[in-house]
This record gives sequence, C-alpha cells and structure tokens, in this order.
Amino acid sequence: MIGTLSKPSGLVYSTVIVLLLIAPVVISLMEHSFYLDLLTRILILTIAVVSLNLIVGYGGMISLGHAAYLGIGAYSVGIPSYYEVFNGYIHLGLAIGGSALFALVTGIICLRTRGLYFILITLAFTQMLYYTFVSIEEYGADDGLVIYQRSEFGGLLDIENANTLYYAVLVVLLLSLYLMHRLIHARYGKVLFGSKHNDERMQSLGYNTYQYKLSCYVISGTLCGIAGFFLGNFTNYISPEMMDWTHSGELIFMMVIGGTGAVLGPVLGTATFLFLEEFLSSITVYWHLIFGLLLIALVMFGKGGLHGLLSRMDRRWEKSQ
Amino acid sequence: MDWHLLISQLLNGLQLGLLLFLLASGLSLIFGIMDFINLAHGSFYMVGAFVGATVVSLTGSLIIAVVVTMIAMLILGVLVDILIARKLYGQDHLDQVLVTFGLILVFDTLAHIIWGSAGATIPLPDVLNGQIEIATFVMPTYRLLIIVCGLLVALGSYFLVTRSRLGMLIRAGASNRNMVTALGVNIDRLYLIVFAIGAAMAGFAGLLIAPITEASIGMGNEIIIIAFVVVIVGGIGSVKGAFYGAILIGFIDTLGRSYLDDLLKLFLSNQSAETAAPALSAMLVYILMVVVLVFKPEGLFPPSGFNKK
Amino acid sequence: MMLEVKGLHKQFGGIHASRDINLVVEKHGVHAIIGPNGAGKTTLIAQLSGALKPDAGRLRFDNTDITHMSRHRRAHAGLVRSFQITSIILPMSVLENVMLAVQSTEGHSYRFWAPVSQDAELKEKAMQSLSEVGLGNRADQMAGEISHGEQRQLEIAMALALKPKLLLLDEPMAGMSKEESANMIELLKQLKGETTILLVEHDMDAVFSLADTTSVLVNGHIIATGSTDEIRNNAEVQKAYLGD
Ligand SMILES: Nc1ncnc2c1ncn2[C@@H]1O[C@H](COP(=O)(O)OP(=O)(O)OP(=O)(O)O)[C@@H](O)[C@H]1O
Ligand SMILES: [Mg+2]
Repeated sequence: MIGTLSKPSGLVYSTVIVLLLIAPVVISLMEHSFYLDLLTRILILTIAVVSLNLIVGYGGMISLGHAAYLGIGAYSVGIPSYYEVFNGYIHLGLAIGGSALFALVTGIICLRTRGLYFILITLAFTQMLYYTFVSIEEYGADDGLVIYQRSEFGGLLDIENANTLYYAVLVVLLLSLYLMHRLIHARYGKVLFGSKHNDERMQSLGYNTYQYKLSCYVISGTLCGIAGFFLGNFTNYISPEMMDWTHSGELIFMMVIGGTGAVLGPVLGTATFLFLEEFLSSITVYWHLIFGLLLIALVMFGKGGLHGLLSRMDRRWEKSQ
Repeated sequence: MDWHLLISQLLNGLQLGLLLFLLASGLSLIFGIMDFINLAHGSFYMVGAFVGATVVSLTGSLIIAVVVTMIAMLILGVLVDILIARKLYGQDHLDQVLVTFGLILVFDTLAHIIWGSAGATIPLPDVLNGQIEIATFVMPTYRLLIIVCGLLVALGSYFLVTRSRLGMLIRAGASNRNMVTALGVNIDRLYLIVFAIGAAMAGFAGLLIAPITEASIGMGNEIIIIAFVVVIVGGIGSVKGAFYGAILIGFIDTLGRSYLDDLLKLFLSNQSAETAAPALSAMLVYILMVVVLVFKPEGLFPPSGFNKK
Repeated sequence: MMLEVKGLHKQFGGIHASRDINLVVEKHGVHAIIGPNGAGKTTLIAQLSGALKPDAGRLRFDNTDITHMSRHRRAHAGLVRSFQITSIILPMSVLENVMLAVQSTEGHSYRFWAPVSQDAELKEKAMQSLSEVGLGNRADQMAGEISHGEQRQLEIAMALALKPKLLLLDEPMAGMSKEESANMIELLKQLKGETTILLVEHDMDAVFSLADTTSVLVNGHIIATGSTDEIRNNAEVQKAYLGD
C-alpha cells in the first residue's frame, strides 16, 4: 500500500503515519491540546472521506449526501445518551445498524438512477433525514442535542480521555485503509472498477453490477456511520446542521484534494483541508474565497490531487534511479 | 375553514412557485443543453439581490435597479461562462459539482467582502408598501407585484422558447444535443446566451425577493436545491416543465407549512406539531422528487421529442 | 436448436427497429445476419443479450425461455455478446480485462481479501483466451493503448473466456484493416467447431466464407433466410440489399 519507502510517495505516507502515531506524545509534551483536537477531527473525517472514496473513486457513484451518515452515527450516540444510555456498544451498534439500513434502503432506490439523477437523489435522501431531525422537537429540533458524556466501553476503553479517543480513531482509520487496500485489489474491487468504467460491459460479462454497487454503497455508508459515531463523541454535540448538503460537498472536496480513487489520498486530502481551514481562518475571515479558488484550480489544473502529484514525483524518481 | 387564509396561502404558493421558476428554468436548460450541473446558480440569485439593493440605496429607484441588475447579471453570466463553465460543458459531472461548489464559496465570500456580513435591505416606495383590498380580501401590494412580474417573465420565456429562432435552437438542443451542432449553429454562442439569460433570470428572482427577505450571504444555497428538485420533477431541459414543476412545488411547500400542522395536531402535541410541520412539508418536496425519479425519471413534463441518450 | 426468436418487436418513437422477427439458430455452425445500415441488427443483438427489452415477442435459448431473464443471467447461461463499438475497460490491462471475464465464470465475486494479481489460475485461464485470439504478447499493456484491431481481438477474447454456447458477434471486423480482417476470419473459422456463432457482418466476403446459414434483415424485418447460395441468388434480397 505504501510501496517502496524510499520513493517520494513512500516517504511522505510513512512520515505521515509515524507522525500520527507519535502525535499525542509530542503534543502532550508541548501542552498544546488544541492540536490534538484538530488531529482527532482530521482522523475522524478521514474515515468519512475513505468511505466516500470507496463509492466515488472505485464505484463511480457520486454522492452529494454522504453527510447523512455522519449524522446517523452522531445521533446514535446522542439519542441514547439523552435517555441516559451510555453503553458504547449500543451506540456503536446503532451507528453501524442505522447507517447500513439507511444506505441499503436509499441505495436500492438511488442506484436505479445515474449521473445527475444519482447526485440529486442522494442529496434528496439526506435532506429528508435532515428535515426529519429538524422536525423532532424532543431531540432539540434545529438546535440539536448536547452529549454530556461520551460512550462507555466498560473498563476496556475510556474515550473521555482525549488520547484514548485519538488512538481509537487512529486504529479504526488504519484498519479501514487496510481494508480498502485489500478490497480494491481483490475480485470484488475489480468488479467495482470495471463497472465504474464500463457498466454495460460488466453486465454482458455476467455481473449483476447493481448488487455489487449496492453492497459497496452499504459498506461505504456503514463506515461513514462509524466516523459519525466518533464525531458525535468528539464534539459532544449534534445537530441536523451536520447533515447540511454543503458538508457533503466538503467531504467531496477533501477527497479530491487527496486524489480520488487513491487509497491513501483521503489522509492527505482531509489533513490539507482542515489545516488550511485552520490556518487561513486564523489570518482572514475571507478564507472561503481562497478555498473556492483552490477548488476550482484543483479541478481545472491539478488532476489527481496530492496523490497524483506524488505519483508523478515517483515516476521521476524511478527514472533517475 | 378560513377562506381568506387559504387564498392568501395559495397566492404565497404561487409567489414561491414563480420565484422557483425563474431559477429552475435556467438551471434546467443549462443542464439539458450543456450537460452542466451548476450548483452556483443560486449565487446568481444572491448577487441579483445584493446588486439590486445597492442600486436602490444609491438611486432610490426600483426601476433603475431592475435595469442595472439585469445588465450586471448578463455580464456576470457571460464572464462565468467564458472563464469557467464553458470548459466543463459535457465533462465529468464530479468536476462540475466541485468547480461550481468552489464558485459558491467564491461568490459568498466576495459578497461578504463587498457588502459585509449584515446583509442588505431594499426599502419599498410607498406605492408598493401598502395593501390592496379586493372585496374583503387584503393582500400586500408588493406580493401581487412579484406574482405579476413572475407571470410576465414566464409568459415572455414561453414566447421566446416557442416562437423565436433562438427558442427553436434551445428546444432542439434540450432534446438532442447533437442535432444543434449538425444544424451548423455556433454552439458556443448558443451556450453563452442560454447561460447568461439563466443568470439574469436567477438574479431577477433574487432582486424580487430581496424587499421581503433582504439580501443575505448564502441565500441561494438552500433555494438552489429546491430549484434542482423542480428541474427533476418538471423534466430536464423543459421550460414548460420548470413552470409546472415550480408552481406545484411552490404550492406543496406553502400549503404544507400552513396546513400540515393542523393535520399533525391530531396525532401530536400542539408544540411538536408546530415544529414538525414546516420540516415535514420541506420533506414532502424531496419525497415528490424521489417518487418522480423512480417512476417517471424523465420528469412530469419532459421536453418534446425527449430521448434518454 | 440453440436459439429461437418469435414475433420480436421493438419500436423507438416512430422507428420500427424490429418488426415481427422470427429466427431459429441451429446448434453448431455460423448463422449470419446481414442488412443495410440502420436495418436493426444491433438492436436485435441487444435484445437477444438482454440489454434492450423487446416490446413484444418471446426468446428461447437452449431449451429455456429467456424472455424475461436479466442480462447477466443470460451471460451465465452461455449467451454472450461482443459489441459493434469496442467495449472494454480502458484503464485496465489487456490481461485484467480478460481476467474479469474468467472471474465471472467462477461464481460470485464477493471476495474482499485475496489479491487478484496473485491468482495464478485466473491469470492462466485468461492467458489462454488471449493466446487463442493472438493477443498473448499484449497481455500487460493497457487496454486503452493497443491498436484498434487489437482492441477488437480483446473484445472477442473476453467473450470467449466466458465459454459461450452461443456467441453473438456484432460486426467483429468493423474498422479493421484488410490484414486484421483476414486474421479475424481465420480465428472465427477456428471457433466454428467449438461454439455456435450468430454473426452480424457487413463484409460480404467474410459472411459468405464463414456462414452456414444467412438471414437478411431489412427495415427491422427478416426478409429471407437460407443457405449462402440461396441468399446470393434470392431476387428479393438482391433488390433490397445486394443491389445497391
Ligand atoms: N436507443 C435508440 N433510440 C432511438 N432510436 C434508435 C436507438 N437505437 C437504435 N435506433 C434506431 O433504430 C434503427 C436500427 O438501429 P441499429 O443500430 O439496430 O441498426 P444496425 O442495423 O445495427 O445499423 P449499423 O449497420 O449502422 O450498425 C436505426 O434507425 C436507429 O437510428
Ligand atoms: Mg449495428
């Protein structure tokens, strides 16, 4: 997955992973807990972007509604907590079950459509979910819910502790990256790739591409639901606003910065996005302008995102060897 | 039943529908003809509102504001087409989504820089600020004006599309893109005109609504999604479809907001019903879209000679 | 009998692309379909393979009614098509394209873990199909980077890897050079013994040198079916098709 360590891409990715592993230690020495928060947020959203990358990058299904799963995962923490059920296994189970179910039901319908229709129908379902939560007075409607206590995992894991939460997220992220890596090189991934590029042909070869895509959609939604579970725990707060379509747009943005369809792209993309956001918003209130221009430039001139850039450097490096 | 309420809600629905039409007709043609998903179409709506507000505050004249706004929007439409959109027509949908999402960020921030974060109001002249009484029915004059303007533009675009040469090309392009090229038409210019007119109509809608809601940053980002719903429900590439779709959705949304709570009160506590009703009626619109996509994906009023290719 | 088509109808707006098509394809040998541009040949193939739904009519394949069978099931049942406009997965290597076909014959592909690249058996089977069409030396090149003629061969290799009972070939020689065409004809002659072929082709020499039976499709309707000689001498066919 990382390739030769001495290649430019190998260097960058292995450095990033080492940094992520030791970050809490370094940060606690520096006593800048703010950075740990930022990193935790990056890791959580990276999981979401990994899941998005699976359907867009490998399955060719452009969803503009992926934030729904962040919401489902977060409400799976918030709603039980509201009833003073703090059992983390229940929360996680709800997040996984809820997002898998939502992905299955909406996927069955969405996957009957293509192109613009697919983009808009995924958006429509997320809007429905958004308005559902806005309409429920009991759970705070527009204002959402405060989560006073994080999920409890018996004596096993205390995610009230920021470092523990960080490492828990990191482990899940690394596992999901490894899963993606295996998946895309296995038979399943080849079928997805084939149907992304030529669905007609795949059907004529005897593949029920609808089913493969649907299962992919469900896997992706479920993974993003897990990210949502962490997000709810991390922010200690949930509101329907988390599911606003602009957040789904941001997830796509992060994915593209990293490089659509590259296994490790989401790590670079999400980190770049959130660091830039942090940095630019500290120097100007108009940072969205720079973001917008960056996005436009990225699409028009920067094919392949950061991962694409690294691959080009790799090729140059290989030639020079 | 309160007939006055019903009539006034119907008029509100019509007003919303007509505003949606101004947005959706351009959006629909831009997608139907150029195969371009323009998420930033709502930004034109916002810019129209701000430009209008500025001109009114400088000159005090609503009429000058309309003229200046239209010219400004046409120019903006031309610029966006030439600088950005044109390069993406017929390209990867993901790229279009991203670039136009980027454009939204750019427009929203530019509006923030130019007009500040507070938004801008358009004060109405006394003539328009009053109410009109018809028998026992009272209605704000300005709302009536919006409806009249909307209907006039709808009528205008109907004639443009059905009676002019440009309209003929637009219809041809919407039902079969290759045909227009085959006719030997300067396709870039046709695209440019459609895009600019679309921008102008969206800007006009923003200007019309500004005296009621005021111009604010991001005001286009919610309505654009509803406009997309209209496009799908009406049928991509069809101005007629955009009209009926917009009116239908205008009614569903407004009537849902005002009557759904009564219905819900049968099942829920008063307070819950009042929170739930607007959200559920907003949801109705999306449910309608999903139902249309599943059972009649070409929309309720597809352009004539429609074929899926 | 391999395939039986009864009363097939398909209309696009005002165009009758198939009108009351009745056709029997016997086991073994090559059955050719000829007809002018726009006659409805591709539309027929699309309906046979399940890509298009007929407006009316019934299809029987290998003693089963397949009228309502989905496309991928038909492929598994042994009814396999190739495309007139080359349809391959461009950003994959030539070998990987064929491996996808082989993979399809080996049960479901819900296998998430083992890398395909280390599956020696899968590779070997794919190489066999590639060698059969003479593309063995192109295995590791990207499908998008080989010549047009080679892409047409790849198209056939993918179809062959599915071990078809009936191979539907839609103008396999389209856009090929003389030499490439000649090679393709040789290949098809070899295949003749192994599987039944329904061949749509414009090139008359190819058709007359390969086909055992030929049907003539004009304006969506089959106006004649018979042996090569019968068709060559049929007055109606000459008037409608060969004449111009
Ligand atoms: N999806 C479609 N929508 C509308 N018309 C279609 C469609 N597909 C085919 N047609 C029309 O049906 C008729 C038959 O087309 P078809 O492609 O089957 O002909 P063909 O015999 O394969 O021609 P060629 O020799 O050019 O390949 C043509 O008039 C074509 O324009
Ligand atoms: Mg054909």
